[in-house]
Amino acid sequence: MGRSDANRYSNHFKEVIKLSSYLFGGTPLKEEDFKKLVREIMKPKARYSVSAGQAYSRFFEGLKQGKIYGTYCEECGMVYVPPKIYCPFCFKQLDKWIDVKDEGKVISAVVSYYSATLEKLEKPEIIGVIKLDVPGKHFTSYRFPGILHRLCNVSPEEVINQSIFDARVKARWKPPEERIGDINDIECFEVLRG
Amino acid sequence: MRFNIYVKNRVAVVGAGLTLFRRRLLETPQEMVWIASKKALEQANMDFRDIDCVISGSAPDTFDGVHMKGEYYSEGAGSYGKLHFRVFVGGGTGVFVPVAGWWMVASGLCKKALIVAEEKMSSAADPHPQAVFRHIWDPLIEKPLNPNLIWIFALEMHRYMHKCGVSKEDIALVAVKNKANALDNPIAQAAAKITVEDVLKSEPLVYPVNRLDISPVSDGAGALVMVSEDVARRYTDTPIWVEGVGFALDTTSWTNRELAFPVYVKTAAEMAYRMAGIENPMKQIDVAEPYDPFDYKELHHMEGLGLAPRCKAAELTKGGVTQRDGDLPINPSGGLLGVGNPIAAAGLMKVAEIFWQLRGEAGKRQVRKPVYTGLAQAWGDLMQIGTVIILRR
Repeated sequence: MGRSDANRYSNHFKEVIKLSSYLFGGTPLKEEDFKKLVREIMKPKARYSVSAGQAYSRFFEGLKQGKIYGTYCEECGMVYVPPKIYCPFCFKQLDKWIDVKDEGKVISAVVSYYSATLEKLEKPEIIGVIKLDVPGKHFTSYRFPGILHRLCNVSPEEVINQSIFDARVKARWKPPEERIGDINDIECFEVLRG
Repeated sequence: MRFNIYVKNRVAVVGAGLTLFRRRLLETPQEMVWIASKKALEQANMDFRDIDCVISGSAPDTFDGVHMKGEYYSEGAGSYGKLHFRVFVGGGTGVFVPVAGWWMVASGLCKKALIVAEEKMSSAADPHPQAVFRHIWDPLIEKPLNPNLIWIFALEMHRYMHKCGVSKEDIALVAVKNKANALDNPIAQAAAKITVEDVLKSEPLVYPVNRLDISPVSDGAGALVMVSEDVARRYTDTPIWVEGVGFALDTTSWTNRELAFPVYVKTAAEMAYRMAGIENPMKQIDVAEPYDPFDYKELHHMEGLGLAPRCKAAELTKGGVTQRDGDLPINPSGGLLGVGNPIAAAGLMKVAEIFWQLRGEAGKRQVRKPVYTGLAQAWGDLMQIGTVIILRR
């Protein structure tokens, strides 16, 4: 920064910048100083329209009908939910579809106190990874058809004391007329009790 | 000296430089890169004119708010009239940049390369920079569930705790150690003397993750100078050799696999060990900087790297093995938890720390035992990449 430019700043910022120097390798700013130095605020406006692709289109169609569809690889036996048109491990084209149950067990679960944009939630959300059942198929603990979703009728305590791990769960579907072919057609996965 | 079949030219690191890591820096990305590059060149007794290619790395453009930010900041690294390219593998970038620098020099395409990494997260102002991560998820299957980034870490951490019988207290010891190590690091942003109790009592974000389990958001840059063996001793009497590099990718389908163990990190480490002739990493690696954006990640990665038996990293930590005066010092710099997490720059900071440790130049941070071989590792993309580099004096 040239001397004449520096002179344009108030004394306060002269102090801040004096501290800078290459010796310190950067000039830390307090939040209030930062705000005063901001010269450009931009808010890009962008909207994305994402097409669902070959495999997901059929998956979403299934959700509308209250079904979970996957594809499977004849070479390694892996079942993909959500489906893929290729096996990422065997590099084979997949065209065999399979009915996956809307039931499974909890692999991991957490209690979220914050939203996606880090705003505090009034009511904490319980989220889990669910390993889905596929009739007649077995999977190692390393690779399996798993899905991320909300868990309902679960208390934070059950997550914290880990009793939720391996619990059997089943999808709670929205009423058919409200389904639009979206992952949220499943409201959540409910723990099967008793 | 063992002959390395993978390499045409052996590659030496001869200088390293970092800016301060802070929540907000006055400097622009170009200025930060300039400062870090100058410092690295100073240590290497070199000038920008001596450099023949510039390799850089930075995380998503969305943080700085400038698309093609590699092109934007590169002039600060003296890229004019030279080859410059930017690599990006998410959080793994910081270690992947020196890997990319290594292949340019090892192949003979460059003799003297400047390696830079930069992150200006403070520009992403409203909402919190964290919100940028909303757009890394699968847009059709995961994003409609409105996830925040911490979910994915919390799910992995809790799975690891469950599978390995590790408690939150055990994991908190990592944050306590790293933040204390950072007290001796002049660039550190989040150095502190804290207790396990402080971590457990800090604000819960997504159980099992509390505020102090996570590294902060930061601005910062780092640089290294890498040169070919035939010219290395012109610049220094103690070149530090790049002995092995490794990288491996898994798929983005992170819900389809065992989260308790990072196989892709193991694969990356095995590649680097093979190249460096390391058969028993627990014995042959003297000091390591595994990636620690969250405290459990240090344990998770130690196991992936084979620096601890599976599910046993917490025990080693509890026993003091990973302290600076322990048998296997881990993150003597203070790591991301203590020094800060300007994403790509944070990974590069780890490589710089290993460089200084092996040269005996880490000052108050110098580990007690003599060190000859060190490792730095980063991790990223959507829970799917491991990047590893092994240095030796």
